[in-house]
Order: sequence, then C-alpha cells, then structure tokens
Amino acid sequence: MPKKISIVVVEKDRDRALLIVDSLHEAGDFDIFVISEETGLARRIQERNPDIVLIDVTSPSRDMLEELALASGPLERPVAMFVDKSDNSLTKAAIEAGVSAYVVDGLRSDRIRPVLDAAIARFHMFQQIRAELDATRRALEERKVIDRAKGLLMKARGLDEDAAYALLRKTAMDQGRKVVDVAEALVTAAGLLS
Amino acid sequence: MTVQLTAGFIPLLDVAPLVIAREIGFAEEEGLDLQLQRAPSWSTLRDMLALGQIEVAHMLSPVPVASALGLGGSAAQLDALSVLSVNGNVIGVSRDLAKRMKDAGFGFDFADAFAAGKALIAASGDKPRIGVPFPFSMHAELLYHWLGALGVKAPQDLQVKTVPPPLMAQAMAAGEIDAFCVGEPWGSIAVENGVGELLLPGSAIWSFAPEKVLAVRHEWATKEPDLCRRLMRATWRAGRWLSNIENRMMASEILARPEYVDVEAGILERALSGRLVISPSGDIRRQAEYVRFFAGAATFPWRSQAAFIGSRLAARTGLDRAQAMDAARMVFRADLYRRNLADVGAEMPGASEKLEGAIAHPTAVSSVSGKLILAPDSFFDGSIFDPSAIS
Repeated sequence: MPKKISIVVVEKDRDRALLIVDSLHEAGDFDIFVISEETGLARRIQERNPDIVLIDVTSPSRDMLEELALASGPLERPVAMFVDKSDNSLTKAAIEAGVSAYVVDGLRSDRIRPVLDAAIARFHMFQQIRAELDATRRALEERKVIDRAKGLLMKARGLDEDAAYALLRKTAMDQGRKVVDVAEALVTAAGLLS
Repeated sequence: MTVQLTAGFIPLLDVAPLVIAREIGFAEEEGLDLQLQRAPSWSTLRDMLALGQIEVAHMLSPVPVASALGLGGSAAQLDALSVLSVNGNVIGVSRDLAKRMKDAGFGFDFADAFAAGKALIAASGDKPRIGVPFPFSMHAELLYHWLGALGVKAPQDLQVKTVPPPLMAQAMAAGEIDAFCVGEPWGSIAVENGVGELLLPGSAIWSFAPEKVLAVRHEWATKEPDLCRRLMRATWRAGRWLSNIENRMMASEILARPEYVDVEAGILERALSGRLVISPSGDIRRQAEYVRFFAGAATFPWRSQAAFIGSRLAARTGLDRAQAMDAARMVFRADLYRRNLADVGAEMPGASEKLEGAIAHPTAVSSVSGKLILAPDSFFDGSIFDPSAIS
C-alpha cells in the first residue's frame, strides 16, 4: 500500500478552499493542506513537502511556485513540475478549467489522475459561476445605461417610456447595432453636451 | 483576408511594440486583427502559449530558452521570432536600505554598477532579500552577474524571491524584500508610493541585454510561415515607430489605458524619455536609451544572446553547458528574422552571433546594406561571453 498522496491547495478565498477540499476528499483518501497566505509561499510549501500543489491559474502568486521547479538542493524533493509532460490533454483540460498543478517528479500518473480530475471538475464549476456572475453584472450595467438613455429621450423629446425605448430600438435596428450601444452613445453625447 | 491573432502580455512598459502594432495600425496593415490579452502571471502566460490558447506572447527572453532545456515544465517548444525590447529593467532598494547606503556615503548616481553593488553589499548585511519577477528572467541573470562579479555567491548568498511585477512595490512596503530588479513602470511605482528608491538601470550591468522576445510555438512558426512574417513585420514597424522621440507621449498615453498597463501616462513616460525620478523626494537621473525598441539592431535575435542565457541557466541547474548552448541557439530565430524582415528595411548584421560584451562604443559593422551601427553591449565588469568557447 503506497503512502497517502499529500496535496497543498493554494487558495485565498476560504469558501472556495473548502469546496476544493471537499471535492478532493470525495475523490480519494488524501492528506490535504490549504495555504491562504501569499507571503513566503514557496517556503511554506517546501515545509509541507507535498506531492501535488494545486493553484488557480489566475493567481499572480503562481509565479512564486516556479521557484520550486528550480529547488534541487540535496535535501529537497526532486524537481516539481507542471502536471505531467506526457499527458498534454490533461494539462490542457486543467488550464482551461483554471487550475494548475505542480507534481513531484516520479509520481505515477494513475495516482495523479483522480486528484486532477476532481480539481478540474471543481474549477469548472467555479468558472461557470464566475461566467454567470459576469453575465448578470453586464446585464445590470446594460439596463442602467438603457434606462438613462430612455430618461434623456423622455425629457428631450417629451416621449413616454415605451416610445423612448421603441425609438432606441428602431435606431439600433436601422444602424445594425445593439440597443445598449446606441444608448451608450446617447449617454456619452449627452454628457459631452451638458 | 484579415486573420485574428491573440497575443498575451504582462502589464509592463515593454509590451509597447505589440500594443502599438495594434493601436497605430501596423498589424492591420499586415491584415492582422491583433487581439491583446492580459495574463495574470508569467507562468500562466507561458502555459497559455504552450497549450495553444493564444498564438503569440510578450515573453521574458530566458523563458523560451528554459523551455528548450526542459526547465520550468513547458508542454511545447517555443521560438523567439525577434527581440521586442533591449534593457528597461531597474534595480531598486527599500528606503531603509537606501538610507543605510547614503549614511555610508553612497551618492546614488544611477550609473556606476561597481560602486552601487559594493554599497548595496556593505549595507544589506547577510543574505539580502531581493525580488525578481520570475526565476527565468533577464532580471535574475543581471542580478546574479552583477553581484556574482562583486564576489557574492549568487544565488546561494542571496534570498531571491519571485514577486510578480505589479506586486513589487507592495512586497517592498510589506517588508518582504530589501531590493528588487523589475521592469518599468513598476520600479517608478515603488518610488511613487514612497516605499523604494532606484539604484541602477539594468543597462548599467549589461548595456545591451535582450529583455522581452516575440514568442510563438515552434510548431506554429513552422506551420504558419505567412502569419509569422506578417506578425514580425507589424511588431518591427511598431518598434521603429516607438524609437521616434515625437511619438513618446502618444505611446505613454496609449499604454496607460486600463486594458494595457493601467498606470498613469506620466509615470510610463519616465522610462521612455530616460528621465527617471529615483527617490520619493524627487531626485532625477537621466539614462539615455533606458529601453530600446529599435536602434542598434535591437530587435535582431542574436543566437549568441540565446547561447549566453542557455549557458547561465545550465551553470545554475547543473546541465551540460555545451548542449544547453546549442539548444538555446535554435530558439532565437535569426533565420526567420533575416527571411522576413530584409525587404521592409531591417538592418541585417553579417553574422548571427557575436562576442557578447565586446562592443564598448557604437561600432559600424558589416551588414547587408553596409549601414549598421551596433550599440555598446558591454558588461560592467568587462567580461566577454564567447559563444564558441566551452570552458
């Protein structure tokens, strides 16, 4: 029976970290340790001496981990490296999902696989949530701009709200543009003229 | 037909050739819709390129070499099509350390690497903590060469910490580092925030250090010779545009935009004009050609520059020097540079390798048109790197 795989998860957000840890626990029996501090990241990781390090690809701290790839003193573990060079599709899936993994040299890929699969699935969900949030936020912003444009038209042309919107829509259709773009142009122009 | 290419970058002044290629229309002229995508870190930028999420990257010159040597785990072979910028880094120290150096009589002349290095070593005590943006970077090479030549065992006697450029001032403010080597505008930001003072331009250590390269996948360069050519021409023309003094202000203003460097134009202009504010009390030092985008064949990817980087990386990681230098040479595509840029008017040196460090004064050399003047490329300690010698 090989020794349990030890994993360090680098994640500042506590809730996200807990979710990642949960997913990993579901995937197998691992020793998992979360680091949320960026200060002295490489040293903290070296102290734990893990088999695998998982970190968000969008974290600027990721570059600090590249130091580990060079740490090859006599007492240190063999060179850590980015996922498994032999398995490009797995690396690609991980990066696309937004997680990067550093794996100690020599760890067999069938032992890495379940860890990465779980991490990839979890990060996929984070990404979907982020994308949905972005879309909602954008929709809200667009609503605000359109409302302001409607307000301007109602005041300047004495229109009611429906007529103001109809005018925006018609202009957008005539020019082959989006309603929000026309609204934005109007708001900008009004800002310049006032 | 217009083809879309996506170039990844890190927010730094020296992404200028890519930004200008897009904004001033050099890319469009070549039928390229050049999209720029900001990356969160050098490692992620390298992986995005290696895995094909982007076609092009603004890249630290040692990264493609490191990849060729199997260091830092990259999934693909990367090529440097041209050099995007020469020099442009700055060494800075914390205000504490600056004060100790001044108390010891050091004058902060922003020029003499010998005096500055000795003052730094004397004032910083045991194992100074120094921030660099990435383990494979010209910043690290300059630092090791500089302090190494002054008798410090580098990197063993230093605590070198990796800190992403935009976080450098913050790391200094938090007391995590005593000094840094970073690209502009992030050194000036440390001054602006009152946490650090500038000690030396990188060029005081090596006067012609290839800083960023135009990086693509080797396989892409082979498969897309035409796009490669168009990309190289667009960035080369952007470099020429940037070398025109009249364009500095516009360049600073474009780069200042939130989607690019997102730092005030006035601060970006300091490095472009070579007029740097070195301390929070407002001392100014001038350094002509603080960063080069064009003059002196700055964009030519000398194979000897790659060999130098390969040799240094090999020495530190215990790889075979001769093999590493050979592998490195292949990464800097002087061949493609010659093939793709001759007819737009780029000056072509007669050879693709030179002794690195042997040019002390601007020197006319043999070139295809006979007009090429190479800029000084000397190291501060007079050392010369001979790419053909194996010691």
